[in-house]
Amino acid sequence: MATKPMRIRASVKDGVTEVKALIAHEMETGQRKDANGAVIPAWFITEITATHNGKVVLSGEFGTAVSKNPYLAFRFKGGAAGDKLAVSWKDNKGESRTDEVAIA
Amino acid sequence: MNNRLKTLALALVVSIVGQAQAEDTSAKLLDGINEYRDALADGNPSELVAAEGEELWKTARGPKNATLERCDLGLGPGVVKGASAQLPRYFKDTGKVQDLETRLMTCMETLQGIDPQEVVKAKWLKGEREKMAALVAYVVTQSNGHKIKVDMRPPAMKQMYEMGKMAFYYRAGPMDFSCATCHGDQGKRIRMQELPDLRTNAGAAAGWGSWPAYRVSNGQFWTMQHRLNDCFRQQRTAEPIYGSDVTIALSVYLAANGNGGKVVTPGIKR
Repeated sequence: MATKPMRIRASVKDGVTEVKALIAHEMETGQRKDANGAVIPAWFITEITATHNGKVVLSGEFGTAVSKNPYLAFRFKGGAAGDKLAVSWKDNKGESRTDEVAIA
Repeated sequence: MNNRLKTLALALVVSIVGQAQAEDTSAKLLDGINEYRDALADGNPSELVAAEGEELWKTARGPKNATLERCDLGLGPGVVKGASAQLPRYFKDTGKVQDLETRLMTCMETLQGIDPQEVVKAKWLKGEREKMAALVAYVVTQSNGHKIKVDMRPPAMKQMYEMGKMAFYYRAGPMDFSCATCHGDQGKRIRMQELPDLRTNAGAAAGWGSWPAYRVSNGQFWTMQHRLNDCFRQQRTAEPIYGSDVTIALSVYLAANGNGGKVVTPGIKR
């Protein structure tokens, strides 16, 4: 299944960049059953990385406790308007996606 | 004062204080919930559904291989901004009062050649109905911040309003519930969920104005048809056919009661 685009907003104020990312992902825990009683296989993001002009500013591990369509907001020092801010994730099915925005 | 009266007076004082404390706790809990709601509002995943809908709106589909960009939602062909704030509306071309979803079905039929039954017969969040939900998310996002403004002048709208009112008070099912059982009184709640009084302007505006919405607890985006259908299910009575008159009538009743209120669609619910 094709991955869906993330919605990322990044803005800089007084030398601090605030990033708000809304990630489209099912985040299926593997604990649920479908209408026929069959277990819905786990499908969730395992790794998440944010880079600023190619340099990692945030990296983390996600698990099944994170909700569907997760929202991630964080701040980091530095960044200037027009810089590239990218967020990427990998999931347990081996799928991955990267989306990029320019800092406003 | 004799002893018995003294005890009674004391008991009364204690009970009043107790009640005040309970109200205080409940207000504090509600404050906490409202804080959580504010935090959620910042990253409303409806945005993701709306993005899908926008793409779908501009994608040529169906036997006629056309887009929905010429769809008339009541403000003229192709006008989406503010359109859903004025729905349901009486449409001269179809001779019917239509809500957003039935109107979109008309557009899909006339412009794209997609049979409305494909939506009506589909399951919630599946197939054409899932696509409908995406389209709805896109359209209602374009009315965020507008005021609820349904035109109640056409006689057909007045008739729908009266039918909606009847449906609102109609008790049915094994529990003998009507919509009014839960939504016809001030300050009611179920567990920690406040129930808007849908008979009043403020209550109807809060309810009608914040649906369709994304519910965080199940990660689903629900259209108004879906919301209303679930009210019937919770009532434990027969669920209405998708887009049928009773759903439109209830929508007209709610929208008209909420007229003038603020639209915050797509809403976000915990």
